[in-house]
Amino acid sequence: MTTTAGTGTAAVGTGPPRADGPRKAAGAAAYAYEYPVADPAYIAPVQATVARGRVLEVDAAAAEAVDGVLAVLSHANAPRLDTGAELSGLQHAAELAVLQSDEVAYRGQVVAAVAAETFEAARQAAALVTVSYEQLPHDLDLSDQRADAFAPEEDHRQGDTAAAAPADAVVEQTYTTAMQHNNPMEPHATIAHYGGGALTLYESTQGAHEVRRTVAALTGLDPERVHVVAPYVGGGFGSKGPLHAPTVLAVLAALSLPGRPVKLALTRRQMFTLVGYRSPTIQRVRLSAGADGRLSGVDVLATVQTSRLADFIEQAALPAKSMYAAPHRRMGHRAVRLDAPVPTWMRAPGECPGMFGPEVAMDELAWQVGLDPVELRLRNEPDRDPHTHKPFSSRNLAACLRDGARRFGWAHRAPEPAARTEDGWRTGMGVAASVYPVVPPPSGSRARVRYEGEGRYRVCLGAADIGTGAWTALAQVAADALEVPLEDVRLDLGDTALPEASLAGGSTGLMSWGSTIHAAAGAFRARHGTAPRPGDEAEADLPDNPARDDYAMYAYGAQFAEVRVHAETGEVRVPRLLGVFAAGRIVNERTARSQFLGGMTMGLSMALHEESVVDPRFGHPVNGDFAEYHIAANADVQDIRAHWIDEDDPLVNPLGAKGIGEIGIVGTAAAVANAAYHATGVRVRRLPVRLDAFLDS
Amino acid sequence: MKPFDYRRATDPADAAALVADTPGAAFLGGGTNLVDRMKLGVAAPDMLVDITGLGLDEVEPLPDGGLRIGANVRNSDAAAHPLVRARYPVLSQALLSGASGQLRNTATTGGNLLQRTRCVYFQDTSTPCNKREPGSGCSALEGYQRYHAIFGASPDCVATHPSDMAVALTALDARAVVRDAAAERRIPVAQLHRLPGEAPEHDTVLSRGDLITAVELPAMPMAARARYRKIRDRASFAFALVSVAAAIERAEDGTVADVRIALGGVAHKPWRALLAEEALRGAAATDGAFAAAAAAELAEARPLPGTAFKVPLVRAAITATLREAAGGPPGRVPGKEEP
Repeated sequence: MTTTAGTGTAAVGTGPPRADGPRKAAGAAAYAYEYPVADPAYIAPVQATVARGRVLEVDAAAAEAVDGVLAVLSHANAPRLDTGAELSGLQHAAELAVLQSDEVAYRGQVVAAVAAETFEAARQAAALVTVSYEQLPHDLDLSDQRADAFAPEEDHRQGDTAAAAPADAVVEQTYTTAMQHNNPMEPHATIAHYGGGALTLYESTQGAHEVRRTVAALTGLDPERVHVVAPYVGGGFGSKGPLHAPTVLAVLAALSLPGRPVKLALTRRQMFTLVGYRSPTIQRVRLSAGADGRLSGVDVLATVQTSRLADFIEQAALPAKSMYAAPHRRMGHRAVRLDAPVPTWMRAPGECPGMFGPEVAMDELAWQVGLDPVELRLRNEPDRDPHTHKPFSSRNLAACLRDGARRFGWAHRAPEPAARTEDGWRTGMGVAASVYPVVPPPSGSRARVRYEGEGRYRVCLGAADIGTGAWTALAQVAADALEVPLEDVRLDLGDTALPEASLAGGSTGLMSWGSTIHAAAGAFRARHGTAPRPGDEAEADLPDNPARDDYAMYAYGAQFAEVRVHAETGEVRVPRLLGVFAAGRIVNERTARSQFLGGMTMGLSMALHEESVVDPRFGHPVNGDFAEYHIAANADVQDIRAHWIDEDDPLVNPLGAKGIGEIGIVGTAAAVANAAYHATGVRVRRLPVRLDAFLDS
Repeated sequence: MKPFDYRRATDPADAAALVADTPGAAFLGGGTNLVDRMKLGVAAPDMLVDITGLGLDEVEPLPDGGLRIGANVRNSDAAAHPLVRARYPVLSQALLSGASGQLRNTATTGGNLLQRTRCVYFQDTSTPCNKREPGSGCSALEGYQRYHAIFGASPDCVATHPSDMAVALTALDARAVVRDAAAERRIPVAQLHRLPGEAPEHDTVLSRGDLITAVELPAMPMAARARYRKIRDRASFAFALVSVAAAIERAEDGTVADVRIALGGVAHKPWRALLAEEALRGAAATDGAFAAAAAAELAEARPLPGTAFKVPLVRAAITATLREAAGGPPGRVPGKEEP
């Protein structure tokens, strides 16, 4: 550990409790909807009840007659947006063109909205708005048999997968993952206040500056006149990365009611139509191998859905590119445009669903060739990135597998499937690998360090802590970089009044903001030395990483699951989950563990429960509430543990940190499905894994 | 939510009269289901008559060895009551398997009986539903059916009743004490709810203004060993895919002297498995007989594509629950199940 920076003092690598914890526990940390604003108006959206068509008429008479109604917005009277404005690559202008035309592209789309003096009046009036439509035929049929599926990019090919045969062993199967909806505890929420030519947004977002940039472009306002405030965010999981329609709707309402703060928080049900989702995936996987288990061919073709409104391609075939070596490889996507909302990021987009098929297939291959699934993976460890042929900056999947196997008691598993029954429950163990790239942090982050006297430093950047622990970990990074005690560092985060910070996404937050703070601290010391005067300050940008193009950079992990399936009823329980991760330097062991466990829990939830059921006749998820769309509850989560191995990787960034927000969810579902097979001998290739699969009919 | 009048009832007869005489009026108990439906636009009462101030919140032993549970007794209090736990543990088990701690602390005995289906189409005002809007059609018939009926459904409605408590009460031969403005009467819980037929908008045989004031449980010695088994996709806080309440009395020769079986998650009402009971009386108390009894009941099942899995599941659940109630090896449930 001599090559990474900032090791002079002790904050990094320890586990101080969350700096924002007391504020949150005491209710003193205001979330977007909670900012005290004077005399607010409340917004209630009206959503399309057809999946495709045109709005013929919006009859607002009954709504306008409700006491307290201030305005009913529709495409006929909403302020115009510059939908042709240049937006960042994260945004979909068509999705954000709220109330800009009469076209309905998906069921649930905002076709009108009510602003009223109270939340109750707004809701009541919204229910009284009558919208008539010209309904057009819609299409919500995702399958891998469609002739109109398109390849969003050229398939990645090495060798010739057809030539991989004849092989001693072949696994060729189709695996499917379900549609899922991001459901952070805090729903998407906005307070928008327009007055004096300036717009203030209290926003639940993963990136305040990205919101400012996008809203400024859409409204034509100078970005300097748009102020976004987001110091505390109650989870995001990706859907609060790109903007979605509700933020724009709040802006439109604010523009329509100048001087009046307007408030919009989505109901849980609205969360299932208005802020994106994880596309279902259909993964055709073909693995071929020799009798020794060494892969000769890897072929992954993932069919996903996107929207006719705009394309978002879930990169489900992506992770197979770097996982295992084989002379013959093909990874590709096929996408089907449906009359559905635009999909979006959800924790570990690409890797999370994309490691289900291949990692279950690896398990199938292991049984076919008679190898321990851990050993099979070890035998297929590549020397270099199979995709780019670059060396890995570090790759410790093997260490994770070995350490996890030891900790889990893997050696004690039954040698055959369906071999053990305890108290009426069939039990088994499964393993799967995890991977998540070290996503190159986007440029543009900047941090400021200021000396405030009496030994205290203030560190500022606009980053949003969506519950990850950034408030705590960034202070640790700053303390070490400045070589001062942790308690002498004060942070300011989550505000466009602060220097720009990149989005919290792709597990880049700590790497990006931490590296930027590290640079700013270096700049401060270079300019002001170790005896600064109060008021001295320095800023610095995210430094370039000279190693970025020369190495393949990934975090890895191994997840082990014990599954019990009731011998009579098929009920599925997961008494044990254990993950071991190799994710570079762990900055805060407490919040890091929480991130890993949270990811694994969400992976368990994906494995056993989460499935948005779209009724193709109507076009929307009909199980869009928490009674029907199950998320793992406390009783589902039993013995769950996360460990990590010490990994020193100075190439990824000055901190040696790889990002940990997403890798915990990758591989969990495959480990559970593999354990269920070991328990029962029944191979489940479709998520979620539910009791139906294990019942004798 | 539509604005509504709110009245606080002080007398059961007056409350019954007020609701009977006011179109659009409804009783408000714990509100855990009704208020949700009001927020969703599924219910839009003009007046709520709050009955939580009426008392009716005692659990009292009856002279015949039975028990009377007031309509306003909270679900968590009923589940924890020593007499319930001693005489009817199956009722405690059923109550504790339902909802969450917060909801059970609020939900009442009467309200639990009268909660409405969780069919996703019933709860979604943007889709047709005969129960919500008579004549509009049944969306579930060709739609999402995981929580739907295999017994007693009609072409107009395939919804299920969501209560766990009512399933246990049905197995226990419980009676609902109902009063209107004029008089009090008793209705067996097994006959309180109705099958959908052509009028799925009516969940029960009650008329507007009929107020449930209590539930009475008759003495039933075998109830002390009865069991509730709830099978669901999530380990807690989920509605039943299938549930079973079963009580069984073995004669000295090992045959079944008496038996009660009720099923949840399979019909528009708590489903008393009379065919299974009949098949079992006098039979040997063995797994084979339990499975045969389940098969006798399931001969009447009419599953939909989305509920076909419930047929083997009911068979397994009945067999396992009867075995437990009969004193067989209690299949311990591993991990953190609710108490």
